[in-house]
Amino acid sequence: MGFPMGRRGPGAVPPSRLRFRDLGNEALAGLLQRPGRSALTLLGVMLGIGSFVAIVGIAQTASGQIGKQFNVLQATQAYVFDVGAAQSSHPAVDFPPNADALAERIHGVVAAGVYWPVLFKQAAVSGFAGGFLASQHAIPVTAASPGLLAAAGVKLRTGTLFSQFHETRAQNVAVIGSSAAASLGVTSLQGQPAIFIDGQPFTVIGIVASSQRLPQLDVGVTVPASTALRLWGAPTQVQAQMLIHTRIGAAKIVAEQAPVAIRPDNPALLKGAAAPSVAQLQRGVSTSLNSLFLTLAGIALIVGAVGIANTTLVAVLERAGEIGLRRALGARPRHIGVQFLTESTALGLFGGLIGASLGVLTILGVTLYRHWTALLDPRIVVAAPLAGATVGLLAGLYPALRASLMEPADALRR
Amino acid sequence: MTGSGPAPDREARDAGRPPGEPVIRLTSAAFTYRGPPPVAALKPTSLVIYSGEHVAITGPSGSGKSTLLNLLGLLDKPTQGSIEIDGIDVGAAPERERAAVRAHRIGFVFQSFHLLPYRTSIENVMLAQVYADGPRRRRYAAAMSALAQVGLDHRAHAMPTALSGGERQRVAIARALVNRPSLLMCDEPTGNLDSATTLELIGLLETLHREGTTLLVITHNPVVAGRAQRQIAIRDGELTEFSQDTMLPPTGAPAPPAGSGVPTPPPPPPEGRPPAGRARGDEDTHGFPDG
Repeated sequence: MGFPMGRRGPGAVPPSRLRFRDLGNEALAGLLQRPGRSALTLLGVMLGIGSFVAIVGIAQTASGQIGKQFNVLQATQAYVFDVGAAQSSHPAVDFPPNADALAERIHGVVAAGVYWPVLFKQAAVSGFAGGFLASQHAIPVTAASPGLLAAAGVKLRTGTLFSQFHETRAQNVAVIGSSAAASLGVTSLQGQPAIFIDGQPFTVIGIVASSQRLPQLDVGVTVPASTALRLWGAPTQVQAQMLIHTRIGAAKIVAEQAPVAIRPDNPALLKGAAAPSVAQLQRGVSTSLNSLFLTLAGIALIVGAVGIANTTLVAVLERAGEIGLRRALGARPRHIGVQFLTESTALGLFGGLIGASLGVLTILGVTLYRHWTALLDPRIVVAAPLAGATVGLLAGLYPALRASLMEPADALRR
Repeated sequence: MTGSGPAPDREARDAGRPPGEPVIRLTSAAFTYRGPPPVAALKPTSLVIYSGEHVAITGPSGSGKSTLLNLLGLLDKPTQGSIEIDGIDVGAAPERERAAVRAHRIGFVFQSFHLLPYRTSIENVMLAQVYADGPRRRRYAAAMSALAQVGLDHRAHAMPTALSGGERQRVAIARALVNRPSLLMCDEPTGNLDSATTLELIGLLETLHREGTTLLVITHNPVVAGRAQRQIAIRDGELTEFSQDTMLPPTGAPAPPAGSGVPTPPPPPPEGRPPAGRARGDEDTHGFPDG
């Protein structure tokens, strides 16, 4: 039995210490002493972090979903603007007559066409040769190349679209929107109904059911561009432009190449552009409703923090004897404080981890149900447990301070 | 330090030292609870405890016993005077240094054991090693050796709830010994034990003393106190010593009888009796000038 006393001289006593690993073990042991209570304490932080992650994730997924729909149009749509005519003092159309065919030769182009609104000083469209009914509304007139009808995605209710045949002969034919057909009294194409634009008769050859990219074709009257040029000349106030339907993702490159392909002699007259960005639209989505839910998640998090603070404080008071013992065994006040701080931080961290996992599962559930694509910033998944740990750390500050300030002699007596 | 106590390496280390150096030296130390009204729990006291001694402190409740224990155990600071442990002045030292001395030089045994209920015997012993300097990998062996010293190595993995009161106190003693302190300080070590277990524990303490442990026992129990070489009574914050001076020459060098069973107990003075040998004057009589 050799276990002698350390009879030592007045040499320096090594400082008492608490290794990182020991700290972790002691804190974990402290939490596992009362697993049920620790689990219940986790709950608050878990709910707060979990709902936070779920709300942010669902908001991101939803706005990503909206963005996705816009992106299909955005990625397949390009414009070419007639900047030459805008700068010129004479009215002109800088697109050549075969612009549609030239544009369609660009790789990635599905359909392309030139259009411009034809402006009249007064309402010009009428169902009668003699003039206008008093109640008649002004119906917009659009001049369009045949390719435009394809590029705009026009679907007909009845009849046919005008084609290159009508365009090259500059014939007086018109395709009218369904609401224009109603107000002009055109119900059937049997008998080749006629309408009058600025006094000129036009044969209605088709009625539009829908126009995906240019909704104005659905409500107005569309005539061949060459006919409009022949009758009313080049547009004056508004310039012609080309709408190009491209394959997905090609819009930007097509927009760059189109001016050169259409006007190789003077590309500077034209300016290509992809469809305007809809990023602002996406940003606008997560607004008032989300902020309400985020407030609720914040409240849950605060309740969780109070729960941790309360549990840790109770643990400090309950374990006064243990604190006194540890002090007697050489623990410094900071060793006691940091142990309780570690316990509360670990509670917050575990709560955050479980909460983040549940939040991600919630997002997955919602997106599966809605057939959406789940979107979540991975930074949030990393930040959520850290936020939980921070909540635990803050909640543990006061109890840890109380523990570290406990007088060992008093603590041992309890 | 003779007999069966020291391990060879320790013996070699201690060989050049004079035996019986002071472990604790109180010099005019006093403790007054700041009021209102202020209470002088311990009047100015001087006391020296030498290495290898077995000292008992007795006194009724409210006599200042706990105050003295808290001062000697560095759980409280004296409001005046000084306290040295192993020659280190710790009375006014910062908490950092006092904690270091508690970790390495003092072993505590409490009346209520203070074992952590969710940890096995050996885990409770190893708790004392958390705050002390020393490699982690040697902890288990040292804790097992301390348990063996109190005869409980076979219950190393038992939970405290599965141990008897006497066994629990032996685990607590092993915990107090595991860092090889200069002093084993026992506060009512038998207060929660029945008389048979108390006798067992006295036997263990005496064995430890024979092996070289410096023992300071604070107790109500006259049987426990009677086994000590020096007995100090405390009453109203004043110390009175009943000692067998023949066993403890002023220069120290107590040679506890080694391997010869229980040392002859001094006549146990019942508490509250007039002091038999009240030592007044300088501390080099290792008495207590209450100046």
